[in-house]
Amino acid sequence: MSTEIETLPKVRRMRKKSTRIKDDKETLIFNLIGYTLLSLISVICLIPFWLIVVGSFTDELEIISEGFKLFPSTVSFEAYKSVFSTPEQIYHAYSVTIGVTVVGSLLGLFLTSMAGYVLSRKDFAYRDSLSFFIYFTTLFSGGLIPWYIMMTKYLDLKDSYWALILPPLLSAWNIILMRSFMKSIPESIVESAKIDGAGDFRIYWKLILPLSTPGLATIGLFLGLGYWNDWFNANMFITSDQKFPLQFLLYKILSSAAVLQTNNGSYLAANVVPPTETLKMAVAVIATGPVILLYPFVQRYFVKGLTVGAVKG
Amino acid sequence: MPGKGGIIREFNRNKVLFLMVAPTLLFFLIFSYIPMVGVYYAFTKFDFDGGLFGSEFIGLKNFEFLYKSGILWNLTKNTVLYNLAFIILGNIMQVICAIFLAQLSSKFFKKTAQSLMFLPYFLSWVLVGAFVFNLFSDFGVINTLLKQLGLQPYDFYLQTTPWKYIIVFFNIWKGIGYGTVIYLAAIMSISDEYYEAAKIDGANIFQQIRRITLPLLMPTFILLILFSLGGIMKGQFDLFYQIIGNNGMLYDVTDIIDTYVFRSLTVNFDIGMGTAAGLYQSFFGFVIIMLVNYIIKKTREEYALF
Repeated sequence: MSTEIETLPKVRRMRKKSTRIKDDKETLIFNLIGYTLLSLISVICLIPFWLIVVGSFTDELEIISEGFKLFPSTVSFEAYKSVFSTPEQIYHAYSVTIGVTVVGSLLGLFLTSMAGYVLSRKDFAYRDSLSFFIYFTTLFSGGLIPWYIMMTKYLDLKDSYWALILPPLLSAWNIILMRSFMKSIPESIVESAKIDGAGDFRIYWKLILPLSTPGLATIGLFLGLGYWNDWFNANMFITSDQKFPLQFLLYKILSSAAVLQTNNGSYLAANVVPPTETLKMAVAVIATGPVILLYPFVQRYFVKGLTVGAVKG
Repeated sequence: MPGKGGIIREFNRNKVLFLMVAPTLLFFLIFSYIPMVGVYYAFTKFDFDGGLFGSEFIGLKNFEFLYKSGILWNLTKNTVLYNLAFIILGNIMQVICAIFLAQLSSKFFKKTAQSLMFLPYFLSWVLVGAFVFNLFSDFGVINTLLKQLGLQPYDFYLQTTPWKYIIVFFNIWKGIGYGTVIYLAAIMSISDEYYEAAKIDGANIFQQIRRITLPLLMPTFILLILFSLGGIMKGQFDLFYQIIGNNGMLYDVTDIIDTYVFRSLTVNFDIGMGTAAGLYQSFFGFVIIMLVNYIIKKTREEYALF
């Protein structure tokens, strides 16, 4: 599948070149519509970022008197100065998010790939029934409340970092995706390793894992993104401020339920409006920055995962 | 499937494999299967001290209340109609984008457009909440523009109508790149020979799309729609909660089953009622997915879910 996607555009481009001479009126119209529409959609996808970024660099006074704008007339770094005047809260949230993301992604990847490997082994008699045991959880569930009671009452995970790590750890989709990645590894490799006397775990660790790096990258990134963007589990389980992950802190600040601790006291004397609306935008920029910076490098792994996973679960 | 003696023999033969999959099975047992027992709360008048079987059993009273009060109907209507709008409009937009992306010749433009369209998928829903705040609050960009045009500012938070469109817009916005990638892959797997033959016969690009791309894309389109319909009872909790939050003014048009269950748990502490609504959702979701799978199995067996 993936090789098809990579080679086909080449063929298509060659075709384009050979027919370019007779670009007719219809093709021109088609191109005009296509370029216009896709440019428009791309801009719409980008505008919100522009708004948040310029919003965070606007003077608070301009926001209060005139409101957020596409093109503000003032430039101000007050919001960022304010955020970093007492940076502990942001640092804390960053460390929680990074810690949970790293631990959760690695652990999740390890368990997902092991399960995916076992379920892809054709000589494992229970692979179908166990796959269904996992898959069934996507068809029926007890719902939010019984799950919540399990987490808090029986596992006692209220306000624990494990409440952030465990829920996104394993998903049936990731396991199924991993299984289809690993099914494409030739069986002869496992068989010859077995003849050489390698144990099952050794085969998985030494042979299968290195051969499944594209799949591991895709699922690892899916997991990492999920952890980074997760606010829901913090909302359900985390009660103490110093355990807030980044997205939940942003949510709290946006909904004005939490005020970012800043040295705004100094502003009273300086006769400057303390940043509040612009501060929300600045925190949004700070919370999203790493995802945007990494995005260009990781995008292709997601594309690969989608095209493999979408065709057949 | 081996018999009973087979299980033990199989376990002895593949002990390591069983151990490797055991943590995963345990995970789903604890976080998915055991909570299924908890649907019993739906049939009780929940008592905090009583625990699971200490609460008073009241049969179908919770469901009866949800049904008679009209809550259930409103929640179902909102959940299903929003999902229908997301699925149908979203897929149509994705197909259109994929068709153009596949045909345009500038490689740089294609790459850039695809990257930009895929970007929203990577963002947290909290950030979407920040966009909504930036656009629609009293200080929002929309109101700034209205004021600049000499018009009256518009208080979005007192109106119900705009939010339907805002919600649908942001859902399509967030998913457009994702779906486009899938449809683009489907278009790319169409053999070039069809297009060559059509060109020799003098078909222009619109005719090629109508006669080749669209018909050949139809199976993928229908399949993806059917898969999505399987989840029609599942609401997009993040979307609704980040955009609407706990704004009670807007519940009539924006309350879905998931937000109702969440509120039952965190605001109203009505465990029995919330579990009942959740069970209703799971049960009918299950029925619908079985129906969808049956339809796929009858028509295109190789794509059936199970």
